[in-house]
Amino acid sequence: MKAILKRYRAFIITAIALGILTIINSQIGLKALSISAYSFKEMLLVIPPVFILLGLLDVWVPRETMIKYMGEGSGLKGIVLAILLGSAAAGPLYGAFPVAAVFMKKGVKFSNILIFIGAWSTTKIPMFLFEMSSLGAKFAFTRLLVDIPGIIIIAYILSKLISKDEIEKIYKQAENINK
Amino acid sequence: MDTYILYGITILFLAFSIFKDKKKTKMSLKKAWKAFENILPQFLVVLLLVGVLLAVLNTEVISKIIGSGSGWLGVMLAAVVGAITLIPGFVAFPMASMLLQGGAGYMQIGAFVSTLMMVGVVTMPVEMKYFGKKLTILRNVIAFIFSFVVAYIIELVVGGI
Repeated sequence: MKAILKRYRAFIITAIALGILTIINSQIGLKALSISAYSFKEMLLVIPPVFILLGLLDVWVPRETMIKYMGEGSGLKGIVLAILLGSAAAGPLYGAFPVAAVFMKKGVKFSNILIFIGAWSTTKIPMFLFEMSSLGAKFAFTRLLVDIPGIIIIAYILSKLISKDEIEKIYKQAENINK
Repeated sequence: MDTYILYGITILFLAFSIFKDKKKTKMSLKKAWKAFENILPQFLVVLLLVGVLLAVLNTEVISKIIGSGSGWLGVMLAAVVGAITLIPGFVAFPMASMLLQGGAGYMQIGAFVSTLMMVGVVTMPVEMKYFGKKLTILRNVIAFIFSFVVAYIIELVVGGI
């Protein structure tokens, strides 16, 4: 019980703060609550398949296979796969992080994980089609063509900025998260 | 639409998994639940923060910030608004299109859309849990700077300076 309270402490504090806000300014407070409820519903819709796929990946795909395709020395193949997997995803960016943790457990190269996160954040295929219909093909294609090299460059800059020890620490943490 | 495809694929894989090995399937589902439960506290905080942010920064306020601003200051403001808000794509794109019609420039909209997708200030607690503080901050800062490059190129190509 105590452990649960501790884990949800930040949530409880935020909820109380929102309650106080609602008392002070009921218009904004109630609107915030209704938007939160809406986002919660959206989360409930997208999250189950993402996590079930993550569980299946964790159990069925052997580490060796993941290392071969996306690990150290996977080269261009690993980069392309990371972009394709990230782009095929659905759902908000926070869904990508637990998937990244499973990738770490499976020995996927760090820069490929960062490329995957980048692709999930900005080159998702369903979103691209939607972007094209609202902002025009020229806008959507320009952004896509700048983003693909951008994601790869950012991934390499980040892996250079972070030391080997720190990367190891992040990987170790991922082991503990999805146990 | 994409949610249906995602469900279809998941059900397909899940059915295949059950057919192949019931025990392993059970293990996968257990892992899925644990992974979700593990991050749930942070998710809930993010959801509340998103609610407050969007209640304050509604379309009207955003269009005032981006629509009136021109040049780099407008781009800067647009990038900041995009970075701190978390709006789903199916709301964000029509909104961006409306802002364009309302007089916002391509550079501002480019910056807004780019930081909206790549930078997530409210989702940082979730990101930090997996990637640590340093990497999370670095990733968001670099993605923020990169968004200006995106904005500039979009302006060059689509806006035609």
